[in-house]
Amino acid sequence: MTSRADEPTNPRTGGPAGRDGAEPVNRLRAAVTNLLGRRPRVTEVGQSSMEYTNQDNIGTETGTAPESPDGTLFTYGDPIVDRAAPDGPIETRWQRRRFAAKLVNPANRRRLTVIVVGTGLAGASAGATLAELGYRVKSYCYQDSPRRAHSIAAQGGINAAKNYRNDGDSIQRLFYDTVKGGDFRSRESNVRRLAEISVEIIDQAVAQGVPFAREYGGLLDTRSFGGAQVQRTFYARGQTGQQLLLGAYQALERQIGLGRVEMHSRHEMLELIVVDGRARGIVVRDLVTGEISTEYADAVVLATGGYGNVFYLSTNAKGCNVTATWRAHRKGAYFANPCFTQIHPTCIPVSGEHQSKLTLMSESLRNDGRVWVPKAVGDNRPPREIPEDERDYYLERMYPSYGNLVPRDIASRAAKNVCDSGRGVGPTGLGVYLDFADAIARLGRHTIADRYGNLFEMYQRITGEDPYEVPMRIYPAVHYTMGGLWVDYDLQSTIPGLFVIGEANFSDHGANRLGASALMQGLADGYFVLPTTIANYLAAGPFEKLTDDHPEVVAARADVEDRLRRLLAVKGDRTVDSFHRELGQIMWDHCGMERSDAGLRKALAEVRALRDQFWQRVRVPGDGEGLNQALEKAGRVADFFELAELMCIDALHRTESCGGHFRVESQTPDGEAQRDDEHFAYVAAWEFTGADRPPVLHKEDLHFEYVHPTQRSYK
Amino acid sequence: MNLTLRIWRQKGPDDPGRMVTYPVTDVSPDMSFLEMLDVLNEQLTLAGDDPVAFDHDCREGICGACGMVINGVAHGPEKATTVCQLHMRHFSDGDTIDIEPWRAKAFPVIKDLVVDRGALDRIIAAGGYITAPTGSAPEAHSQLVRKADADAAFESAACIGCGACVAACPNGSATLFLAAKVTHLSLLPQGQPERMTRVVGMVDAHDAAGFGGCTNIGECSAVCPKEIPLSTIGRLNRDYLRATRERSGTPGT
Amino acid sequence: MAVTGILLVLFLIAHMIGNLKIFFGPADFDHYAHWLRTIGAPVLPEDWYLWGQRVLLGAALVAHIWAAAVLARRARAARPVRYVHRPKVQVSYAARTMRWGGVIIALFVVYHLLDLTTGDLNPVADQRRPYANVVADFAPERWWVTLIYVIGIVTLGFHLRHGMFSALRSLGQQTPRGERRARSAALVFAVALCAGYLVVPFAVLAGLVG
Repeated sequence: MTSRADEPTNPRTGGPAGRDGAEPVNRLRAAVTNLLGRRPRVTEVGQSSMEYTNQDNIGTETGTAPESPDGTLFTYGDPIVDRAAPDGPIETRWQRRRFAAKLVNPANRRRLTVIVVGTGLAGASAGATLAELGYRVKSYCYQDSPRRAHSIAAQGGINAAKNYRNDGDSIQRLFYDTVKGGDFRSRESNVRRLAEISVEIIDQAVAQGVPFAREYGGLLDTRSFGGAQVQRTFYARGQTGQQLLLGAYQALERQIGLGRVEMHSRHEMLELIVVDGRARGIVVRDLVTGEISTEYADAVVLATGGYGNVFYLSTNAKGCNVTATWRAHRKGAYFANPCFTQIHPTCIPVSGEHQSKLTLMSESLRNDGRVWVPKAVGDNRPPREIPEDERDYYLERMYPSYGNLVPRDIASRAAKNVCDSGRGVGPTGLGVYLDFADAIARLGRHTIADRYGNLFEMYQRITGEDPYEVPMRIYPAVHYTMGGLWVDYDLQSTIPGLFVIGEANFSDHGANRLGASALMQGLADGYFVLPTTIANYLAAGPFEKLTDDHPEVVAARADVEDRLRRLLAVKGDRTVDSFHRELGQIMWDHCGMERSDAGLRKALAEVRALRDQFWQRVRVPGDGEGLNQALEKAGRVADFFELAELMCIDALHRTESCGGHFRVESQTPDGEAQRDDEHFAYVAAWEFTGADRPPVLHKEDLHFEYVHPTQRSYK
Repeated sequence: MNLTLRIWRQKGPDDPGRMVTYPVTDVSPDMSFLEMLDVLNEQLTLAGDDPVAFDHDCREGICGACGMVINGVAHGPEKATTVCQLHMRHFSDGDTIDIEPWRAKAFPVIKDLVVDRGALDRIIAAGGYITAPTGSAPEAHSQLVRKADADAAFESAACIGCGACVAACPNGSATLFLAAKVTHLSLLPQGQPERMTRVVGMVDAHDAAGFGGCTNIGECSAVCPKEIPLSTIGRLNRDYLRATRERSGTPGT
Repeated sequence: MAVTGILLVLFLIAHMIGNLKIFFGPADFDHYAHWLRTIGAPVLPEDWYLWGQRVLLGAALVAHIWAAAVLARRARAARPVRYVHRPKVQVSYAARTMRWGGVIIALFVVYHLLDLTTGDLNPVADQRRPYANVVADFAPERWWVTLIYVIGIVTLGFHLRHGMFSALRSLGQQTPRGERRARSAALVFAVALCAGYLVVPFAVLAGLVG
């Protein structure tokens, strides 16, 4: 194993180097240099730029990139390899990595500063742990308090291979389930480590006073979740994310109280500062005063969550955005698998134009509810008046062995298909019934109330309908993004010193995340992985002190100020939200549950046209001084436009179906997702090469030594 | 339906602020209260006015960011409901609705309906935690917790830190917020070693932030979207009395 | 507040029981009033105990008012800008009227002392015949005196209803079931005390005592 911080003045690159090292290092340096505006010539660094010639070949090695108005849509670069992961027996890889990683002695830690952006499960746990270790931590969040990060909204639970039930669970089984659940598009090394750490997370959370559900004997309770055959999900009623986040938040507040963490809430990161190839700081805007400032550190950690809000309507919080990771991407961090998004099947349907966000209803409802639509198109009788033989219980019909309990992606797509065929229910026609009448008749209203009472109340609060009397209406909604910034085994991106944790990285879930695994990954990264691996990098520090007049700092700051000025200067005739809504609709229609070559091309063209419109017609009221929520939104939406393009390109190039990514061109004869392991068993890591320039695709091949790829079947 | 909104507008911390009347038309009963404000803000933006600033994030009642006083009631007329989950079907055509920010000295107004609730974070930083550095935790099952205690701890831990208790309290006190955290941690065996120092530290931070004192009125619990029980304040008082009596340093108590 | 409040409540109970002796007739009542002055005799000279009690009660009252004033000042400082839309009372009028109620009670106590202790406002004003003082006070033609007492006592009832519960809470009552019990106990106690006090003027008014 090679450690990467042994030459502080001449940093060897993060992951994207080949086994041989030297040539790709130069590539990366060149790429970073490009982004700093010195030599923007992607072709110089060795990838082939391909003209679009034949649509049928898209996505294969020999194929070509599809066309865009200015020629190529993307180009191929050299493959990348994760050099941080040790080889050898998978059971001891993490142990060996920890031993090989350099340490920083306690006296030196005080002289090292780490910036952590985001205070969700990953960010808060990382900030607290790093501060506890003795590093100086500066923490940033756009919310008014670190406790409000959207991890707080996670409902179901957190997986851990404790095997308290003696039902055959083990680290090996959690590892296996996660790789398989991710449809074989994640790294074995990472997933194995995640499964190992899962047990420590529960210990840590209990010690912090997280009030997990318990049994009468005083032991922790667990339940089953998302198709797993063992009961390994720990939970705190329907608010597990809240309780785990408050545990991490309280640990963070303790460090703030002790003066070891400098907390900056209502601050938004708008740019990454890269100096001499290392991530050295960020440009932030104080959302209260509007003041732009530059902050320096020896390493930068992004824990800024996912980008589901590119769809406008999602279960994400309104403020969730891609800006921090996208800005880092523009500065040289590769973005991996952006098209891997998860659509959750049981959300409350859109009720009208005004809809601002979607609310998830726990997946557990499908245990007792039956999903159906009317058999006849245009049958808009009230549900109770539709006789039994005129209803189509389509999941039970299509998947007799799993019935209503098929995995998320399958349930979601089936709902979309019946609605597309005109049989959707509710005022918009975009909804299916989730009916509890049978369960209430069988088990009694009381039992159903015991199991789902709080969910029924929430449903009634939002829709005004009583689910005990009328069937619920549900529809799929965007929920989680598996894609994110590319990181190596150390969670370091392709920019040395830039670490990415939690949902913000692409990491461990492959093409589909299992239920109750997001909390596990965020906390594993923040509490356990990052604090160990970042030391290996920081051992070479402290780095040269930066001042405000450093050319890179001046340039980064000027970029931010210029962009804000441009947004304010348009003074057009459309609001930011109207653009965001339209962008979301394009992405939902063509890059949502089902993607096709034609649809994605259409989406690309539409996104580009809309983006141009945005910069000509957006109206951002007020000025840059003081609190200006429209300006905040405008900046985020501008980045979503750029991300949306990359998502479409990624979805277009991956002509297979896998996990949450379903290409109509790639399905089995009976309409199920058809993976193409021969051509697509890789991580697609995209390099930014400049605005309106084709991105470069770097492939990281995935090797499966311990879990062998199989086709999923739920018939 | 059509409504008349009277909204507190305040440009910044130093602006005295005033109520401004806005008509909104074609409000759908299926809209949430915040979506209704979104519509107003779209109209204001296109008309060249400054949109109304308000805090919000998850819009599913759990992050605690949103909060406004609607017709004199924190989070509006529905029990156990945050503003983001309040829907317009609870209002009628022609209603006039008064919308004001949380008002407390410890929550200075930043702009319009946005206030600074950092004081609540400072209370937590002064003791609202269990010291458990990463990696030091014993096996989770090494300490058993009675189910009743775990359930009661959860009930208090459900606090979302929105600050409605302060907004509703005639004394401007954050005692319910404080008591919820003290109760959560003092009910668990893991919370015992710091129990006395925690309560003293948190009460001191509460008073230093400029919150008022508690006179057990109960308005806080009535508006609490998570229905934190008023009895948590009794537990806080009991711990506080004990802590001040024992000075917390006596070994073996 | 809780401790001083409880001292004052203990006095109120004793005072009420004493008042009710009026139904045993003038001799008993006057004898009881006289006994109050001789408690502790012969160890203590006459009136010493009574003055001791007065000093103690006075101190408790001053401390009670002082604490209330501190809380009221803190409350005012904690909300420098008031709500434009007057907040609705959602829980309890008793709890929301503690401060004004306290002021009314304080004024009432002053009137009461001038009336039946010093006698300045009493038509009979004979310290040796308190029975006669009371009967003269609540005579039907002096209906407004009864009205003042009714207002004072009912305000006191409200004050006690919340005060009793609040005192228990301040001293650490912490379970939800205990809270329900404490609230009911406070309500029953407040009603009983009001009834116990008001029965005297109404009995005089109705001619049952005279």
